Amino acid sequence: MKFIDEYQDNRLARGLARRIAQHSTKTVRLMEFCGGHTHAILRYGIRQLVPRTVDLRSGPGCPVCVTASADLDKAIALAKLPGVIITTFGDMIRVPGSYSSLQKAKAEGADIRVVYSTLDAVEIAKANPGNSVIFIGIGFETTAPTIAASILRAQQDKIDNFYVVSLNKLTPPVMKALLDSGEVKLDGIVCPGHVSVIIGSHPYEFIPRDYGVACVVSGFEPLDILLCIDKLVEQIERSEPKVEIAYPRGVKPEGNKKARQLMEDVFEIGEANWRGIGIVPESGLKIRGKYEQFDADKAFSVRLKPPKEPKGCRCGDVIRGAATPLECQLFKKVCTPESPVGPCMVSSEGACAAYYQYGATEDLWGS
Amino acid sequence: MDDTILLAHGSGGKLSHELVEKTFLPFLANPALNKLDDSAIFEASGRLAFTTDGYVVNPIFFPGGDIGKLAVCGTVNDLSMNGARPLYLSLSAIIEEGFLLTELEHIVQSIKRAAEEAGVSIIAGDTKVVNRGQADKLFITTSGVGIVPPGVDISGANARAGDKVLLSGTIGDHGIAIMSQREGLKFSMTLKSDCAPLNKLVSQMLEISSRIHCLRDPTRGGLATTLNELARQSNAGIVIEEAKIPVKEEVKAACELLGLDPIYVANEGKLVAVVDPADADKILARMRKNRYGRDATVIGEVTNQHPGKVVMKTKLGPSRIVDMLSGELLPRIC
Repeated sequence: MKFIDEYQDNRLARGLARRIAQHSTKTVRLMEFCGGHTHAILRYGIRQLVPRTVDLRSGPGCPVCVTASADLDKAIALAKLPGVIITTFGDMIRVPGSYSSLQKAKAEGADIRVVYSTLDAVEIAKANPGNSVIFIGIGFETTAPTIAASILRAQQDKIDNFYVVSLNKLTPPVMKALLDSGEVKLDGIVCPGHVSVIIGSHPYEFIPRDYGVACVVSGFEPLDILLCIDKLVEQIERSEPKVEIAYPRGVKPEGNKKARQLMEDVFEIGEANWRGIGIVPESGLKIRGKYEQFDADKAFSVRLKPPKEPKGCRCGDVIRGAATPLECQLFKKVCTPESPVGPCMVSSEGACAAYYQYGATEDLWGS
Repeated sequence: MDDTILLAHGSGGKLSHELVEKTFLPFLANPALNKLDDSAIFEASGRLAFTTDGYVVNPIFFPGGDIGKLAVCGTVNDLSMNGARPLYLSLSAIIEEGFLLTELEHIVQSIKRAAEEAGVSIIAGDTKVVNRGQADKLFITTSGVGIVPPGVDISGANARAGDKVLLSGTIGDHGIAIMSQREGLKFSMTLKSDCAPLNKLVSQMLEISSRIHCLRDPTRGGLATTLNELARQSNAGIVIEEAKIPVKEEVKAACELLGLDPIYVANEGKLVAVVDPADADKILARMRKNRYGRDATVIGEVTNQHPGKVVMKTKLGPSRIVDMLSGELLPRIC
């Protein structure tokens, strides 16, 4: 377990930062896809270590944040159905939907339970045979295999009161959507570490090839991120964009085949609704027909009012990398972790929560 | 007697008396409690400190302790953090119908051991039994009275620029030990909660220095929240160094796995002391002689810069703001 300190070594970090400063001549804009990276960057002060030529932007890699208001509204409506127990990951219950939140629904009497693992939701279903237990399945390729495993477990154990709302999303297609829109000009992407453990690095290859944007997979320790930035800057300086892995202890180019097989067995690719981005084709996972008895969308129908976004909230822009949290009028004034307006302030992986928690300010950014 | 707690144990009738006489009194006996009067009478003179706290920890048994030990140590520590010498506690237990009597006995024994270690007596008590589902197994509330020695003036508002910030040992042990046992998050580790009474450590510190300005135990919300409280109350800035904060390897590993920062994880047997720089070394040396202060160290100091805020020099060198914990500590999804 000693490895953690080594990846936080002060001297090595300063050495890497000096190297980045030495070979960085042009201004580059990098997007850290993952909210976990945004947090690590702010928590360790990496922004202050790298030269001002390196502009770091947070991306859409926060599962709670990218959940569309309409999907939250659906979860809240499901929670109000008689006999339903909603199970979900912790952050979800605090996110404001269009008209309410799971937290408010819970206070009003709905049975909503926070779980740490999808398999716990299956256990709750087992223990409550008289109820319908619905798991709100959010997340990227990291969590999708565990949700697939929970559906297989429910089938194996013949549990007929367990359902999943599949809001699972895929990483490479949304990167493509962001690059296609051209809204934010990117030179490089800090590719997600945990997602890449599952999918490997091959799925990013279209990015340097078709868009000329550098891609380096990073771990979550400060030295991982600095090494990743170093490799990105080097690629960009040489005008040789490609896919590299700066997290070889976690990620193999081919990923984790077994986890992907699990996903492919249970899910098929479909469109997904992303907050701030909208419907992105082939960026979501739907439950296959052979497992439809577990598909909450097939088993329940709820009537929803049209969704609406909170007034003034710029979570959508923050998710696309089009704005930093500091550019939002509500940030720290109206919107705080105690009374969040949008999901990016709620989630422990949200960019606004990270900027707030670690006291990020304009002068730190030089913008 | 039956194996489980029945509603009748809370009826005030025969079973209630039996519960008190067989389960509580044999372990907690002392002259004031033994009388079983409606209130306990005791002698005290000087400045008194008085505090109360409710304990609803889940799970009620955890590595290194249980809800009983916690209920005694928590209140003893709250008194100690104002420099008071804890004397007497009251204890009220709300028990869920169906709770195992053997488990209750186990908890009462652990209350006894913790009270003995701290040198306090439980002189008043109450038990109630509620319907199944109206409480989660067992809730305990303790209140405590202590005497503040003459001349002692310890408050969260007393930090002054130049003071040293001392931490009595490793952080995050309690929170991670609890999390490792929580349903759905079980992972096996040898880590134990640090739950401990700190009154003797505090009295040893007070014997050696009269220039201890603030004391606080970083429980819920962790070290980060406690330092913020002190900075706000004293309207002073606090600067700490991440590399100087002791964290056990198991806690580091669990925090990395779960995506948590140890400075926000709860402790139940640690204290933060803000002291005059002239006395810092001798206080530290005294702390290290006590088993609960063995790993004590200076983690930072008080400054007149950025009043009300806590700034931390990270392991990599740059500084950043350390805010209070907001919301709950939740493991990452991604």
